Amino acid sequence: MTSTTNETINGPDLLDVKDLKISFKTDEGIITAVDGINFSVKRGQTLGIVGESGSGKSVSTWSIMRLLPKNSIIDKSSSIQFHRKDGKKVEITRLKPNGRELREIRGGEVALIFQEPMSSFSPVYTIGNQIIEAVLQHRNVSKDEAKEIAIDMLDKVGISNPRQRFKQFPFELSGGMRQRAMIAVALSMNPSLLIADEPTTSLDVTIQAQILKLMRDLQQDLGMAIIFITHNLGVIAQVADEVEVMYLGKILERGTAKEIIHRSQHPYTQALLKAIPQLDSTGERLTAISGDIPSPLSRPAGCPFHTRCEKVMPGICDVEMPNPTQLSDTHTVYCFLHEEKDV
Amino acid sequence: MSDTLLEIKDLKVHFPIRSKHLFGGVTKYVKAVDGVSFYIEKGETLGLVGESGSGKTTVGRSILRAIEPTEGQVTFNVDGKMLDLAQLTDKEMRTFRKHMQLIFQDPYSSLNPRMTVRDIIAEPLVAQELAKGKEVDERVRDAAALCKLNLEYLRRFPHAFSGGQRQRIGIARALISQPQFVVCDESVSALDVSIQAEILNLLMDLQAEFGFTYLFIAHDLSVVAHISKRVAVMYLGQFVELAPTKELFYAPKHPYTEALMSAIPEVDPDQEMTPVHLEGEIPSPINPPSGCRFHTRCPYVQDICKTEIPKWQEIEKEHFVGCHFANTLTLNGVEIPDTIAAAD
Repeated sequence: MTSTTNETINGPDLLDVKDLKISFKTDEGIITAVDGINFSVKRGQTLGIVGESGSGKSVSTWSIMRLLPKNSIIDKSSSIQFHRKDGKKVEITRLKPNGRELREIRGGEVALIFQEPMSSFSPVYTIGNQIIEAVLQHRNVSKDEAKEIAIDMLDKVGISNPRQRFKQFPFELSGGMRQRAMIAVALSMNPSLLIADEPTTSLDVTIQAQILKLMRDLQQDLGMAIIFITHNLGVIAQVADEVEVMYLGKILERGTAKEIIHRSQHPYTQALLKAIPQLDSTGERLTAISGDIPSPLSRPAGCPFHTRCEKVMPGICDVEMPNPTQLSDTHTVYCFLHEEKDV
Repeated sequence: MSDTLLEIKDLKVHFPIRSKHLFGGVTKYVKAVDGVSFYIEKGETLGLVGESGSGKTTVGRSILRAIEPTEGQVTFNVDGKMLDLAQLTDKEMRTFRKHMQLIFQDPYSSLNPRMTVRDIIAEPLVAQELAKGKEVDERVRDAAALCKLNLEYLRRFPHAFSGGQRQRIGIARALISQPQFVVCDESVSALDVSIQAEILNLLMDLQAEFGFTYLFIAHDLSVVAHISKRVAVMYLGQFVELAPTKELFYAPKHPYTEALMSAIPEVDPDQEMTPVHLEGEIPSPINPPSGCRFHTRCPYVQDICKTEIPKWQEIEKEHFVGCHFANTLTLNGVEIPDTIAAAD
């Protein structure tokens, strides 16, 4: 995943998201969680999405599988185009919520792994049972064949004694093992897109390193694309080809991992990078971002970050959302500081 | 060592497991902490790292006697006299507790939703009977102001606050009794990066102003490195290494520390992570492995490691390690940044 070749960045499109806008109806009013974002994922590529809590990184990606709560509204103008394995292009937002095509894609072509490996398995079925269930749902195989696929998959994700683990219940596995088992479930259908939502956040560093390596190896073997969501910039630097920085439902900057980490241009990205504690700064004060993330109920007008931005320009940043400024073929920033230079 | 605040000797915390049978009694023990010795100096921050289940939290809480230690000494320096906390009666302990406080991990579940912020912050004063009437209000306002909480919000309930603000409330509550020693148990782990930086700054400012001594427990190694003067590494109920922060990170002497350091994801796409592979999983603390506890997963294991428990030895000044081969192994730490290498 770290090997950023031009091939993966410029490869054929797998997913195209245009003007995605998602809101939630709540008692306190309509909350806009994702506010008109565009992004695309190429085959075999890893797209990293970074953002703090409430930035909309989970909502925007879960919508690709239409796994949003009932009170959610995907705006009519939004488009999520997914290229299926058979070459057909489908518009996910137009699919019937419980229709056959969506069920085929969900799990079969787009798979999801999440943060909490304990709550993502049913506690009353064995690990093997739950993988078989998924395989039978999506592949035309017998139960015995499904069992072999499941054991093979457990072996592939580095679980020792897969035949024995197959018969165990989730509580009998450690956190790292459960996360491997979840990856096994997700990958047993050979998806073309894996959405990994903070998959290593609750794990210890040593286990995290193992899981990241495992995902990198499996990606090379199976050639799937990954959307990797995390708030850890270290993890992003290690796994992503391209990175998107989200804040309050908007993308503020997008670029290759190197562009975002080494040459970030948005004040928010720069502030995030500065806020990370470093070993060689022991005892020094960190550069914090002042203030809190605004409530989504009272979204600031204009650039969402202007309430906390050091370089805010009153009368400009708090009025309108800046247009994208293209800094290189791959590097885009949404900030008036850069828009000026263009004009 | 007149400036030692706390000295812990051979601390053990064993939790009994009762047999499933009605009259079976206790059959086994979970050895959560199994013989840990260290000291903390006045005004310093000692970091404590280790994987989940290694016993970090139990060490912190048994010093406060929130969990009763099974064995060992916890001596606290009270105006030059060393007092063994493990020997105090419950009543004596109760009055002593004002000197020690705890800041929790989860800013959501550690604040009572039915108490106002004022009452939450005032609770240590009220429980310890340290102040009455107007003085309580004054001290609550002082503590809240120090933690940069808006004083108008004191009558609100915790649900109205964000994670970062709640953590400030938790810190205000901890500092109001003017403690000497504060255990921060994963106190910034649940926070976003930008908020985390603010809370770390606040903790460091308070330490500079009041001379607090911290035991800082966390699994995020870069956070621990940032705030700590010295860092201890724990594995399966025991310390494996304790050294000044930079020495531990740049020149570890224990294979487990090396493995931890190699797993830190660098915030640099040009530097690929090459984690040391550890065999298998952390063993159960009910039946810890014989000899060196790390021998089942250690890449440098020798025969002696399987049978003999390594000595906890000071191999360089203030650098303690428990490994048979601490002096012979050449281990890799975190790569030293150019800026520091040039200065040396």
